[in-house]
Amino acid sequence: MSWSLLFKRRNSAPVARERLQILLAHERSALGRSNLISLLREEILSAISRHVKVEPDKVQVKMDRGDAVSMLEIEVEIPNIAQDRALAG
Amino acid sequence: MANVVVVTSGKGGVGKTTSTAALGAALAQAGENVAVVDFDVGLRNLDLMLGAERRVVFDLINVVQGVVRLQQALIRDKRIDTLWLLPASQTRDKDALTDEGVARVIADLRTRFDWILCDSPAGIERGATLAMRHADGAIVVTNPEVSSVRDSDRIIGLLDAKTEKAERGERIAKHILITRFDPARANRGEMLSIADVMEILSLPLLGIIPESEEVLRASNLGAPVVLSNPGSAPSRAYADAARRLMGENVDMTVPSEKRGLFTKLFGRRAA
Ligand SMILES: Nc1ncnc2c1ncn2[C@@H]1O[C@H](COP(=O)(O)OP(=O)(O)OP(=O)(O)O)[C@@H](O)[C@H]1O
Ligand SMILES: [Mg+2]
Repeated sequence: MSWSLLFKRRNSAPVARERLQILLAHERSALGRSNLISLLREEILSAISRHVKVEPDKVQVKMDRGDAVSMLEIEVEIPNIAQDRALAG
Repeated sequence: MANVVVVTSGKGGVGKTTSTAALGAALAQAGENVAVVDFDVGLRNLDLMLGAERRVVFDLINVVQGVVRLQQALIRDKRIDTLWLLPASQTRDKDALTDEGVARVIADLRTRFDWILCDSPAGIERGATLAMRHADGAIVVTNPEVSSVRDSDRIIGLLDAKTEKAERGERIAKHILITRFDPARANRGEMLSIADVMEILSLPLLGIIPESEEVLRASNLGAPVVLSNPGSAPSRAYADAARRLMGENVDMTVPSEKRGLFTKLFGRRAA
């Protein structure tokens, strides 16, 4: 058995890790993992977080599905903005 | 307020039932009122792990179908009187579980307990989605091994899509529980490290349960490992995980078999 083979045998975990990362990136997009509501919530959360501090669970996104159109309801609870402004300014 | 937590994994045999029994017992020992619910219809095992197999008279399906009341099916643990089991049916098939029936039973459990731990069957079929349906939180049991991590990723996707909370646009609190971890093999690069798994799944870590003979011994005896050998490494790891579940801040370590010796993994706290 060569040294390189021994070395490879000993370090199979990095190979596992790399294979998983590639596979899961593929599977996540193929499965359309990003369910619209959770995707919207994450992006709204990150957009708001750039300007004000907001608790992750204070961002609620709801979809009321109708026949012709659906209602997207976004509810965000933010702390006192005036205070934040004062801090920033 | 009651907390409904599903213990799930996608992949079979990774330690869901072992973990449900151990965490349920640890929470109950901490004084919480706990119900552990077996959703593995046809393949129930939680009764065995708790040593209650000969006391099962009625089961989840009987309650779901309204044949008996919840109180008639709940079995109180003989060692910890705040721990209760709602067993699965061994004979009926899982289609007997209706969505409305399960919703009603969970709502009823919420009025009586602090914690409701739902032991999910393996797979991503109806049994697994029913077990997660009404959960506020999820414990995704993962072994540091490629197929288990892949299946965990798949289950995380389902948790974000098929639960009532997700459909309402709310967040379901998800945690990873790594079980059957072998620190020596991970150090030698033969097993995915904790950091690898955390990076890939990017969810907070609830605990790290080491591979241990004590787990098999506990199942032989019909006692959750935290009761059969409280000082053992897996027991201390489960007790820590239960405290984190209750919101306590506990340093993340892999307890080793030698008493009092902790392998510090990283200083940062887990959620
Ligand atoms: N930390 C551990 N150390 C050693 N063995 C373990 C550990 N955790 C679980 N096991 C063993 O792994 C096997 C499967 O455990 P368990 O039944 O809890 O898994 P499960 O995920 O509920 O399986 P299923 O998908 O079939 O319901 C059992 O034999 C159990 O004793
Ligand atoms: Mg099981």
